[in-house]
Amino acid sequence: MNIYSLSPLVLLIPVIMFLFIGLLGMRFKPVVSGILGSLGLGIVFILSLLIAYQYFFIDGLTDGIYQPIIAANYQWLQFTDTLIISMGVLLDPISVMMLIVISTVSLMVHIYSIGYMHGEKGFERFFAFLSLFSFSMLGLVLATNIFQMYIFWELVGVSSFLLIGFYYQKPSAVAASKKAFIVTRFADLGFLAGILILSYINGTFDFLTLTSPEGIEITKHSGLTFLGFSAATWAMMLIFMGGAGKSAMFPLHIWLPDAMEGPTPVSALIHAATMVVAGVYLVARMFPVYYFTNPNTLNAIAYIGGFTSLFAAVIACTQYDIKRILAFSTLSQIGYMILALGVSGYGGEHGLGYMSSMFHLFTHAMFKALLFLGAGAIIHAVHSNVMNEMGGLRKYLPVTHLTFLIACITIAGVPGFSAFFSKDEILTAAFHHDKILFYVELFVAGLTAFYMFRLYFVVFWGEDRHYHHKPHEAPLTMSIPLIFLAIASVLAGYIHFGNFVSSDRMPFHSEIQWNIASQSIIVGVIGIVIAFLLYRKVNNVPDHLVKALGGFHKTVFHKFYIDEIYLFVTKKIIFNYISRPVAWFDRHIVDGTMNGIAWITEYTSYRIKGFQSGQLQQYALVFVSGAVFLALIFLYYFFG
Amino acid sequence: MGLTTNIWMFLLFSAIIIVFSFFTIFSRRILRAAVSLLFVLVSTAGLYFMMDYQFMAGVQLTLYAGGIVVLIIFSILLTSTINQKFEKPSSKYLILGGITAVFGAGISIYTILNHPFSTSTESEIPSTMKEIGVQLLNTGVNGYALPFEVISILLLAAMIAAIVIAKKII
Amino acid sequence: MNTLVPLSFFLIVSTIMFFVGIWGFIIRRNLITILMSVELILNAVNLNFVVFNRILFPGHFQGMFFSLFIVAIAAAEASVAIAIIINIYRRFSTIEVDNVSEMKN
Repeated sequence: MNIYSLSPLVLLIPVIMFLFIGLLGMRFKPVVSGILGSLGLGIVFILSLLIAYQYFFIDGLTDGIYQPIIAANYQWLQFTDTLIISMGVLLDPISVMMLIVISTVSLMVHIYSIGYMHGEKGFERFFAFLSLFSFSMLGLVLATNIFQMYIFWELVGVSSFLLIGFYYQKPSAVAASKKAFIVTRFADLGFLAGILILSYINGTFDFLTLTSPEGIEITKHSGLTFLGFSAATWAMMLIFMGGAGKSAMFPLHIWLPDAMEGPTPVSALIHAATMVVAGVYLVARMFPVYYFTNPNTLNAIAYIGGFTSLFAAVIACTQYDIKRILAFSTLSQIGYMILALGVSGYGGEHGLGYMSSMFHLFTHAMFKALLFLGAGAIIHAVHSNVMNEMGGLRKYLPVTHLTFLIACITIAGVPGFSAFFSKDEILTAAFHHDKILFYVELFVAGLTAFYMFRLYFVVFWGEDRHYHHKPHEAPLTMSIPLIFLAIASVLAGYIHFGNFVSSDRMPFHSEIQWNIASQSIIVGVIGIVIAFLLYRKVNNVPDHLVKALGGFHKTVFHKFYIDEIYLFVTKKIIFNYISRPVAWFDRHIVDGTMNGIAWITEYTSYRIKGFQSGQLQQYALVFVSGAVFLALIFLYYFFG
Repeated sequence: MGLTTNIWMFLLFSAIIIVFSFFTIFSRRILRAAVSLLFVLVSTAGLYFMMDYQFMAGVQLTLYAGGIVVLIIFSILLTSTINQKFEKPSSKYLILGGITAVFGAGISIYTILNHPFSTSTESEIPSTMKEIGVQLLNTGVNGYALPFEVISILLLAAMIAAIVIAKKII
Repeated sequence: MNTLVPLSFFLIVSTIMFFVGIWGFIIRRNLITILMSVELILNAVNLNFVVFNRILFPGHFQGMFFSLFIVAIAAAEASVAIAIIINIYRRFSTIEVDNVSEMKN
């Protein structure tokens, strides 16, 4: 039996688990929900591996090009002959790759959560939502048409909302989940507008049609313009706006640091490895359209990505909450991925940026999830998020220490570990396209190494503190995923990604360019050394630096006051000048009309009530008047 | 002279009828209204006499003037409203009622004046008591025996009803 | 003997009496005076029937007998009305038509 026909199971199993755990989870012991959720994801993981094996190694390749396979397609809503919204499964190099990423990370998070969330109220709810999220994300990557992707896009947003606000009794968590949902929803407005424009021009939602050469020709020559840009450019920019919201590009990045209010496994799954890369995936999916309609769009995208990564890296250097540091690190790395897509060409080796972006997505998922889960183990041991209250943990948490160190080495770009390979490819692609972006990214690589090792040294070395109770190592359910992900972080770099994923689906070969790689190695080592000197042992130098940088440090620490600006705009401007009048209108005019109609009815009935007064003479009067009137009519109107 | 006598008689009786009916409805003292009603009824009987319907006129005098008006006067006395003078007409309905009545009267009179009434060509029946009696108790074609019996039962029922309604509940 | 008074004169008189009776019914406040107005109405109708019979249809007595029965019925109705008025008087101590109402305004 064809393994491809089993692919809809990948979607069905998580959603069934969601319904089952969600509705019936409370009847069993909590751990049963955890086991069921992990079991479901385990099956999905195995299925993904089988599908990937079948696709990449056995029959995906035809005539040197990986063929996209539509494993299932059900028509849902048909507008015209071609404009159809269907639900289906599309197997394609990037979607199969994403399948592996999502199922792996999700499975690790499930197993980890059995240990991390043990004893929490709402354990079953957590696993139900995790399955819902897995379902939504899988549906997003396997979508055959852009509208199906949009539907799952929104579902992912909902799952994220539910999971960030998991501790719903904490006001900060509620505020954070609201913020995430509103910001991404706002971005999705642009996304929808882009979808509508694009499908209007092309007459179809289907990905394969939209990205085929004929579809691109139609898009390019649509002829409509608005404010100097063609309709195609507008559509693609708006679609990118949706991606920017989900992937937290500047200025829609504000929700991601706050999203750390959710439990740590959630941060690992959603805000490191999967949901935030949805934007990258979207651009990758629509890449041919981006490339051929207007190269300036890709340029703009690259700059946005580059700026975001620089911006986030600078802020990460000043933060003290370990989860916030990791969140900004995520922002920075996604900036890398977006930049890589922006500088990419099309076709074979020119599509190096594309390939490296996907490669980095893959490796980043592994090591970032590892970092977050490791941070979770630290928090679990020390019961605090803040770096200043930790130190010398290497004695107490051996396994966590080792895996965390592996992850930090990886992200710093040390050769031999996975991120070195993927980052190097990105830098190469940037170098050949735009030198400014190359140097920016090089600097960011250095900063990355610095702040990650700052984190590492302060937490695991630094000052030996006296803890209230001895921090204990994480239980086995938490350690095993850490170990697995650590191994993956190391080994993933050795996959020749160009053989599998490329911009035009044709495999190509890529080599490490040592002249560029050496620059990144040097920068990374410098970052590590600075961190080592400043933080390995306790000393005053960091504090002196903070004082010396004074106001600048303060601004950066407050994330450049972007949140305050947003708050100002919404509260002072939007609420006062837009929301209040609208609310007034709704209350007084819309409601007023309804109330007015009711009042008229009541008043009329009050008046008419008088006809039934019970007064005999009134009845007589009315009766006689009526009779006279009728006589008048019958005698003189009808009969002359 | 016979013609003019007829017309004079008619005019006299009509004048009495019209004037006293206005008195009936506008008089503020009840007893005066009752007496005005009496005059109206008697004048109507006079009109009947003029038309050679003596039986009808007699019935009118006996029942209406002698029976009903007396009954009304009795009830006035019984309900002691004789002491309440100056019953004012309800002002709300004065104008509205007046308009309706005038309007109605206008339409009716207009119709009456414009309608050609055609006389039937049957031969005249003498309106003697004998004829009336025969017709009243006749069971044949032109007989009114059945309504006569029904009216008797009605009167019986009315009598019982009046007694039942008006008796004191002990 | 036929009167030589035209039919329409009689009818006008009875019409006026009829509408006066209606007007009185509407504007009077005492129950007994309302009853009197009703008697006026009935009387007008009576006159109408008799006049039609006498002038238009000399061949039979239908109109007259109808009037006869109307008189009988008027008597019956007046007696029952008086009985009711007495009852009302006992209950409300007044027979003003405004005061004997129990309905809320």
